[in-house]
Amino acid sequence: LPLTPDGGVAREADLEQIARRGRLLVVESVAHSGAGHIGGPLSAMDMLVALYFRVLRVRPQEPDWPERDRFILSKGHSAIGLYVVMALRGYFPVEELATFDAGDSRLQGHPDMTRLPGLEASTGSLGQGLAVGLGIALGARMRGLGVHTFVMLGDGETQEGMVWESVMVAARYGLGNLTAIVDCNGLQQYGWPLPPGEDGRGDRSDPLAGTHLRAALEAFGWRVLEIDGHDFDAIVAACADARAAATGRQPTAILARTVKGRGLSFTEGRFEWHARVATADEVAAARLELEPEPEPADGVAR
Amino acid sequence: MRDAWAETLRDLAVENPDLLVLDGDLGTSTRADRFAAAHPDRFLQMGIAEQNMVGVAAGLATLGYVPWLSSFAVFFTHRAVDQVRMLVAQTHANVKIGAAYTGLLTGFTGKTHQDVEDLAIMRAMPGMTVIAPGDATECVAAVRWATATPGPVYLRLARDAGPDLFDDAYRFEPGRVIGLREGSDVLIVSTGLQSARCLAAAELLETLGISAGVLHVPTLKPVDAPAMAAAARGVRLVVTAEEHTILGGLGGLVAEILGEREPRRLVRIGIADTWGESAPNAFLLERHGLSPERVAERVARELAGVAAPVGGTDR
Repeated sequence: LPLTPDGGVAREADLEQIARRGRLLVVESVAHSGAGHIGGPLSAMDMLVALYFRVLRVRPQEPDWPERDRFILSKGHSAIGLYVVMALRGYFPVEELATFDAGDSRLQGHPDMTRLPGLEASTGSLGQGLAVGLGIALGARMRGLGVHTFVMLGDGETQEGMVWESVMVAARYGLGNLTAIVDCNGLQQYGWPLPPGEDGRGDRSDPLAGTHLRAALEAFGWRVLEIDGHDFDAIVAACADARAAATGRQPTAILARTVKGRGLSFTEGRFEWHARVATADEVAAARLELEPEPEPADGVAR
Repeated sequence: MRDAWAETLRDLAVENPDLLVLDGDLGTSTRADRFAAAHPDRFLQMGIAEQNMVGVAAGLATLGYVPWLSSFAVFFTHRAVDQVRMLVAQTHANVKIGAAYTGLLTGFTGKTHQDVEDLAIMRAMPGMTVIAPGDATECVAAVRWATATPGPVYLRLARDAGPDLFDDAYRFEPGRVIGLREGSDVLIVSTGLQSARCLAAAELLETLGISAGVLHVPTLKPVDAPAMAAAARGVRLVVTAEEHTILGGLGGLVAEILGEREPRRLVRIGIADTWGESAPNAFLLERHGLSPERVAERVARELAGVAAPVGGTDR
């Protein structure tokens, strides 16, 4: 992939191309391993691509570079989405994605920082990542490091009480160098009781129904930005805005409206694809939808 | 013992700029306030939010800090156990858990605050070092060792001071089991402040003509299993005594080791799968068979082959 001297990608169109390839790799990797999540990785894919190719100051060949920005995927069940983007960014070979969920793999079903360099936390138990990011942001400030810490949560994940402990303490310590990104894909796995008389397992839509997330975060003293989580310009701009606020005393939350399963006609907005393995036919259909157009004239590699 | 913990950290922090204390709003009880007074810039108040506190410590540790946590044991081993397990133990984070108010003797707090399951829980976690010092001297040495040694540590601190077991020559070695007294009839194995009470029990037994050895186990994990088996080799009865449930703590540890290496008749004294209550220390020790007199009685009875169904068994 073509990279600018600082490691970012040159053109906006490239981000879309990378994200398309990333989505296909998610579907293929999960199909290959026979287990994994689809909906969450696809809703987060555009943000992960924007972060790793445009926002984060990282060195994939030197993953423990002390002055790197930190990114924590608190919604750890979207791990395959993160692995795909890390592979495309050069942390490890794309071929290694075939080991996802295999025995002895560095690519665990939920991220394990002891196995894969470049992971800043072990996640998978929801609600925990923001606290680790808070500790990094606090320590970075005490060390005088100009690193920025981004933590991605799911909207369902904000049901965990621990998230709000971290929200309270981060504001209390005035950690402008901490940014929470909430992937608001609007679906959770089982859902809440349906109104009397309605059939079905539960209302999975809108995990935050009745909760005004923006108002809640603002009440705790956070800055809140709301964006379309599939608009690369908006993602990059919001992250730049958050970084610019690092010298201030308010952490920033970016509430990103997304579509679960985004990017594939048959997965978008469908709860069934929270954790489902694509059949051979579905993988073929995904390839038809996601494989890139013929090689562009300027010879950009993919 | 809590004073020894806090004052040692205060002293170590003079030379170690990376040493931090994170407090869960209990700094006066845990004595972390002594650290705070000396090093206000390295005392991080985390509020009444222990789950977050554990996560913050894990994050700080990635930057080379050595965070010590200050709260009551139950809030680590029960309320924040998933955070300890996933963010500290699994990642082998250099986080030190200063678990205050352990066991039964927690100052009239009762069932909420008496942590009598912590050893069972913490020693089940891969990679966790579990220490229960027997006196202030051992506590100081353990704090110094833990601060200097990378990796997660659970330090079981007694609220109150106990009798001295060791002098200034004491050196902490993880895993070491320490014979406090030789004996040929029975071996009493203990940990934490209970070891001093078992030593007193052995002296009472001596007046009855019973020769009781006392083995102190300051680290439940790791532990020198061959040394423990060797200590049991010459006796016909082994008794464990702990301010902890008889399920899975020291009694469980000794049962596992002797069962594999040196089978012996084993009696476990401790909290017999029941809930605690707020009461004076002496009452609680009597109720659960942990006072020197009750330990001695129990040992004498078991040695005589009388199996009386009193406190300390799980039948």
